[in-house]
Amino acid sequence: MEASKLPGFLLRRGVKAAIVVLAIVICNFLLVHAAPGDPASVIAGQSGAADAVFLEQLRRQFGLDQPLYVQLWIYLKSVLSLDLGFSHRQQAPVAQLVLERLPATLLLTGAAFAFALAAGVTLGALAAQRVGRWADSVITVIALTFYATPLFWVGLMLVLVFSVWLEWLPSFGMSSVGVEMHGLEVVWDVAQHLLLPALTLGLFYLAVYARLTRATMLEVADQDFVKTARAKGVPEGRILRAHVLRNALLPVITFAGIQAGQLLGGSILVETVFAWPGIGRLAFEALLARDYPVLLGVFFCTSVMVVLFNLLTDMLYAIIDPRVEVAG
Amino acid sequence: MSLLRVDGLTVALPPGGDRPHAVEDVSFHVDAGEILCVVGESGSGKSISANAVMGLLPKGLPVRQGSIAFEGRELLSLAPEAMRKLRGERLAMIFQEPMTALNPLMRVGDQIAEVLRVHGSGADAARRVPELLAAVNLPDPAAIARSHPFRLSGGQRQRVMIAMALALEPALLIADEPTTALDVTTQMQILRLIREIQSRRGMGVLFITHDFGVVAEIADRVAVMQRGRIVEQGPAAEVLNRPQHSYTQALIAAVPHGAAQARAAITTAPVLELRGVEKTYRRGGFFGARAVVRAVHDADISLRQGETLGLVGESGSGKSTLARCVVRLVEPERGTIAYHGTDLRPLSRAGWKPYRRRIQMVFQDPYASLNPRRTVGDTIAEGPVTHGTPRAQALERARELLRLVQLDPGAMDRYPHEFSGGQRQRIGIARALAMEPELLIADEPVSALDVSVQAQVLALLAEIRARLGLTMLFITHDLRVAAQICDRVAVMQRGAIVEQGPTSEVFAAPRHAYTRQLLDSIPGRGWTPPEL
Amino acid sequence: MRDFWRRFRRNKGAVVGLVILLLVVLLAATAPWLFPGSPWDMAGAPFSPPGEMGMLLGTDSLGRDVAAGIAHGARISLLVGAVSTAAALLVGVTLGAVAGYLGGIADDAVMRFTEFFQTIPSFVLAILLVAIFTPSIGSVVFAIAIVSWPPVARVVRAEFLSLRGREFVQAAEVLGKSRLSIVLTDILPNALSPIVVLSSLMVASAILLESALSFLGLGDPNLMTWGFLIGSGRSVIRLAWWMSVFPGIAIFLTVLALNLVGEGLSDALNPRLARQRGGAA
Repeated sequence: MEASKLPGFLLRRGVKAAIVVLAIVICNFLLVHAAPGDPASVIAGQSGAADAVFLEQLRRQFGLDQPLYVQLWIYLKSVLSLDLGFSHRQQAPVAQLVLERLPATLLLTGAAFAFALAAGVTLGALAAQRVGRWADSVITVIALTFYATPLFWVGLMLVLVFSVWLEWLPSFGMSSVGVEMHGLEVVWDVAQHLLLPALTLGLFYLAVYARLTRATMLEVADQDFVKTARAKGVPEGRILRAHVLRNALLPVITFAGIQAGQLLGGSILVETVFAWPGIGRLAFEALLARDYPVLLGVFFCTSVMVVLFNLLTDMLYAIIDPRVEVAG
Repeated sequence: MSLLRVDGLTVALPPGGDRPHAVEDVSFHVDAGEILCVVGESGSGKSISANAVMGLLPKGLPVRQGSIAFEGRELLSLAPEAMRKLRGERLAMIFQEPMTALNPLMRVGDQIAEVLRVHGSGADAARRVPELLAAVNLPDPAAIARSHPFRLSGGQRQRVMIAMALALEPALLIADEPTTALDVTTQMQILRLIREIQSRRGMGVLFITHDFGVVAEIADRVAVMQRGRIVEQGPAAEVLNRPQHSYTQALIAAVPHGAAQARAAITTAPVLELRGVEKTYRRGGFFGARAVVRAVHDADISLRQGETLGLVGESGSGKSTLARCVVRLVEPERGTIAYHGTDLRPLSRAGWKPYRRRIQMVFQDPYASLNPRRTVGDTIAEGPVTHGTPRAQALERARELLRLVQLDPGAMDRYPHEFSGGQRQRIGIARALAMEPELLIADEPVSALDVSVQAQVLALLAEIRARLGLTMLFITHDLRVAAQICDRVAVMQRGAIVEQGPTSEVFAAPRHAYTRQLLDSIPGRGWTPPEL
Repeated sequence: MRDFWRRFRRNKGAVVGLVILLLVVLLAATAPWLFPGSPWDMAGAPFSPPGEMGMLLGTDSLGRDVAAGIAHGARISLLVGAVSTAAALLVGVTLGAVAGYLGGIADDAVMRFTEFFQTIPSFVLAILLVAIFTPSIGSVVFAIAIVSWPPVARVVRAEFLSLRGREFVQAAEVLGKSRLSIVLTDILPNALSPIVVLSSLMVASAILLESALSFLGLGDPNLMTWGFLIGSGRSVIRLAWWMSVFPGIAIFLTVLALNLVGEGLSDALNPRLARQRGGAA
């Protein structure tokens, strides 16, 4: 796309993203009201811990005795001012709890995503290039295997092999407890803790990207412009890089954008297995305690993350594909 | 010594094909400075021969025998790397589909520069690219070089392809149906361009086509292929005017003559009258840029009982949209569509239903116009059954109709994929006739067919029209076909009818500049196919 | 039909998948006879390793038979997979058909709605739904269906959109057929192949999703499931690896089998694509 048209494009996408965020807030609101029982006890976080005075206070705060649309308006205002409610159980604002845990999750999902994309595209491209030969078969089998294995089970098996049997890597947490460390030591320690969870989360998406890359590469390789390149005398290696791979990456990018949400969802499982102190772990703890405000906060926060990530992939797409504005 | 000499070339087909070899014992040669046209119908092996010369045959089609000598070197025994160096440098190729032949993500200038770069002349790119674009008569070469392919029209893209092919001044240009996907006026421009460049540089050209008009326009010599073999070759004038082989004779006899004979004026009552019909497409919405296309406007026509009106024009002229307005596949915003005086436009879906019996349509693509999951008998009987005819009676009638369109009634229980394109088109005609319509809309009914099949289907349509007294609206881009079958023609351009009148008058004395341009662009207009 | 079977058989992986799948179905069907009584009952000493004490796959921390749990869990996995997929298909096909056939504003509205559901993290939504509606087999099926219909809607819409423009559908319009009849007899039969292929993949991902939910403790508390088995083995993995390993293998094999069958169906239903893919031939 031409640079002059980028601001308008971004504005349109920004408006779209804002609408999605609004819809998510409404979705949260409806969930609270769809739940069986008193919405106040849902907001308080059921579990018997909430006393009658507190429930009454909540009813007033959220106008629960007023018509639904007034309640929605009150709820919207509070969420848009970044007030995600209060966790009675943890005695802290939900927004604060989520924001504290967010960096750890971003580190985990970011590392997993980078690994999955890099390795997946490489393996997929390799398989497509050697289609029908043994390297293709091996890669296809590997991809299919990870595609069919539950994330949390892969995590447990990695723990079993690398932590319990081989004792090479730590099996839980984000850093070693009770050890004094400085500078690079800290980085090295976190990296060691990160390896297994990131691998666990990444392997499934590696499979997804490898399969997708292989399929689109084969599809693109059949297209006319590849034949044109061949007729021009372009060497095979360059055909692969400059013509096939670049075109094949477009659907992979689109798909990676769509998958971002699944990656964050998967992190709940991985963080549970590895006791990784991110929002996924927070969600699991909230789940055990039926602490609904925190669960709703996690849902809102992950959704916003996905919307932001989609905005990012849209921009990337617009830079790579000159035709974007035509497609609208 | 010939520039290119192909001797006894045999290329295998994968097992399970309709014949063992894609091409068999094919021999021809191309000299520097001449254009050899290889002509044949689809599946004749002409493209495979061309790809074999370029070393671009897919893996499933191995060369079994023969030799391909180019500038004295045997290409078939050349190492892949040596062959790659020849491609683009000494041998160049352009393809049929300009819309897909360029990398959509790469600027046009970069794609041309790539040829120079991979053959070691990258340093000249900045100077050569605009020169080459100018040489193929593209306006503002610098701007075109910076564009991505999606901004260019089909004709412009084909020019870019030619510029790319010419970048290193190859000795031989292979053109595989380079104008088939283009409109007739653009086709003529590209043919002239190839002709001009070829004579200026003294290149040899191997030109693949299915169209004898194009052959007459451009060829020095001709080779005719049928089912993988060359059945006749010789100088163009010889083959075109005194064909020896029966297959060549049949092909040439099937070429629409292009000459319109005078017909008696038809003065019966009008069946269909279109007044002030307008259809505008708006694309894009709140989040996208808006684009407005006036697909149809200023296109008044009237059709009299028993008359055939030809609606001719290039792609995007609105002729198909107009035809679809008549059968409500497209709903126009304005105007009247009067059928025997009743305006059909405001009618509801239910209100329209009785008229479905009276107005029927034959479609363009024989491979897309039949439901692949329904038997031929059901396909034909379906319309009458929908309108209340008992099923047994409708099936009986379908059997008769198959005979009418010259198909075996045994076809009733078979599925569309078991039939050839021409046979499917006959089934489509039978489906329309089953409703016993008064008015038949035929949307490019022969343009997807090979020339010999095309002639048969046209003859069938003419015969049925005469026998059943049908009124017909015939949409076509091919003026030669229009001349042969239509009483009157209406010429469309950018959504409007620019000229209409009796066919013979329009062809003999066109009044509008666009009509003249269209007529001038009929390939091979200087050649009158011999009476055989 | 014979052609279909012949093409399906040519994909060896698909045949292997079909055999595994049939074995899992057989296991689920015969579970009450193979392992009579409740899988929740104590069957031997706690933490018996596989092969000891007559326990084929060992026992868990309460002495329950892991093999019995897997056999009974197969019933729940297959049931949840099939029912939630059927529900998701119903929603997805209906919405996709409406969007693709009607086009225009209906299409826009449905697609924005679908995109929204694809944007939000589906697993988090599923957790939230099950947690709020209290875990039960009903809420699990409901939650899985809610998060799995969008791909169906997209595929069906794309198919309908392209078929609607095909000439044989236009011919049906010109013959005066009703909209419903065109959708049911002309469009839907030609859109079935991708829907069939997609459904087998959806059953697979529904099984994965169910196992993940019950791993987190969101399964029906009265039903033995594979995810629950792994979840309860998680904290004692150093003591009893078999508690997590075997149920995981059961999930893996079932999901793998469904994926392989899906590929086989795809090859058999789209012979042209299979040839292009090159690998399967």
